[in-house]
Amino acid sequence: MATRHQKTLARLMVAPSVLLLLGWMIVPLAMTLWFSFQSYNLLSPGMEQFIGWTNYKYFLSDPAFWTAMQNTLLLVGGVLVITVGGGILLALLLDQPMFGQGIVRILVIAPFFIMPTVSALVWKNMFMNPVNGLFAWLAKAVGAQPIDFLAQYPLMSIILIVAWQWLPFATLILLTALQSLDSEQMEAAEMDGASALSKFIHLILPHLSRAITVVILIETIFLLSVFAEILVTTNGGPGYQSTNLTYLVFSQALLQFDVGGASAGGIIAVILANIVAIFLMRMIGKTLE
Amino acid sequence: MARKISDTRRWGFTILAWGVALLIFFPILWTILTSFKSEADAIASPPKFLFFDWTTQNYAEVQSRSPYFRHFMNSVIISVGSTLLGLLIAIPAAWSMAFQPAKRTKDLLMWMLSTKMMPAAGVLIPMYLLFRSWGLLDTRMGITVVLMLINLPIITWMLYTYFREIPSEILEAARMDGASLKNEILHVLTPMAVPGIASTLLLNVILAWNEAFWTLNLTTSKAAPLTTFIASYSSPEGLFYAKLSAASTMAIAPILILGWFSQKQLVRGLTFGAVK
Repeated sequence: MATRHQKTLARLMVAPSVLLLLGWMIVPLAMTLWFSFQSYNLLSPGMEQFIGWTNYKYFLSDPAFWTAMQNTLLLVGGVLVITVGGGILLALLLDQPMFGQGIVRILVIAPFFIMPTVSALVWKNMFMNPVNGLFAWLAKAVGAQPIDFLAQYPLMSIILIVAWQWLPFATLILLTALQSLDSEQMEAAEMDGASALSKFIHLILPHLSRAITVVILIETIFLLSVFAEILVTTNGGPGYQSTNLTYLVFSQALLQFDVGGASAGGIIAVILANIVAIFLMRMIGKTLE
Repeated sequence: MARKISDTRRWGFTILAWGVALLIFFPILWTILTSFKSEADAIASPPKFLFFDWTTQNYAEVQSRSPYFRHFMNSVIISVGSTLLGLLIAIPAAWSMAFQPAKRTKDLLMWMLSTKMMPAAGVLIPMYLLFRSWGLLDTRMGITVVLMLINLPIITWMLYTYFREIPSEILEAARMDGASLKNEILHVLTPMAVPGIASTLLLNVILAWNEAFWTLNLTTSKAAPLTTFIASYSSPEGLFYAKLSAASTMAIAPILILGWFSQKQLVRGLTFGAVK
């Protein structure tokens, strides 16, 4: 159908966005790769030299790297479990007949629109602070010792904060998917005397599988690069207890000025993200049509 | 009788759902309430929920401590600017992919999505160094371009899913009637595409407003949007809960309101049309 002229036009229309994204991907990535083989510290300019795999050896043998890896996986996994699990429960609840459903939805979705620095600071100071926080007051009210969340359980506290931000997203998407469930099918199952649990396992869960996949994919993209929440609450500490890969690369580069080492870390982060991405793209490729 | 049971059920679910919803919303409510307290009331134990001396003094103090309004304007310029720039580049691309799909269009879209998965940590250092040598650190233009680039895949995808739903029969009918390409675009397609473009705009302004990796790393003061401004409260000075709350409330209020308006588009937008 399309003439040659139209084809050329179509290509011209796509070209700017493709070229920009290509440049955005290739130029900085090539530079990171180049730096990762250099001894390059911002504090000693002019001393750059090629040092082969040393940065990688240094980075991979650094215990901080393995801690950060573990923290990255725990953070992504923890938040996914809480938000998908909680999201399914909340979506099922919000799908029930009730008064003021619209307002309930608005209240539940709200945390998603809060900027990360705000939610992290509010949770850190007004809830998790061991002296003036609301949790400390609650603990004292029942006669327990207040917990210094961010010092004692830094990673878990950050998981909680991030999960609070992403629970609304999962809920909203799962609720939308739930509402497209065929009600006749549900009624038929009820007529057959199916229990609530078997309805959930055999009807609802399969129907939600696509939406769950999408939630996991999109959340993972954003969760691999959690940064602001760590920066304003714990600075990655105590020690490296709440440092993820993104934060480790940041601190290596912009706090210790070790461009070479940080670049090696960046490349490792890219490789990891690609492994996850291939896996996830295959999943979404299967579910999308 | 049956009706009565369903009423009890309804009330049960109502109470449960409202309880859960209020619990989830509570941190936001608490922040807004605290912003109207004096610093002493803000840390009172037991906490004061509603019965305190309401004051708007914190809002004035936040502005005097640091030019809040400038950071607010930076947020507006950066988020709206990056989104408009992104739309300008993405509309033709999405348009041609939706109406003149080639064999590789699907692959191209998947590839665009995959650029979104590149961790920011992998490109932070070169971007920082390039920005430093080009004098773009802490400039609105620099951060606007970066935010445009990171949101471009999402903008393109969203537009694509909206455009694809415009029935192509309408195009053919217009062509049969002898409409020129210009007329076709101006009078037939544009009116049908506007709602999709508007939703894309809204959602991406929200995403850019809340972006907190590049804004924190590439801006410090002059071009700092609200994300960076709020982060400056992470090193506390004396009593600051009420002031922190006031600054936070002002930073989240506009986007919360926009967000509530966009909840319907949010789902299909953020799932790239996979969930509607």
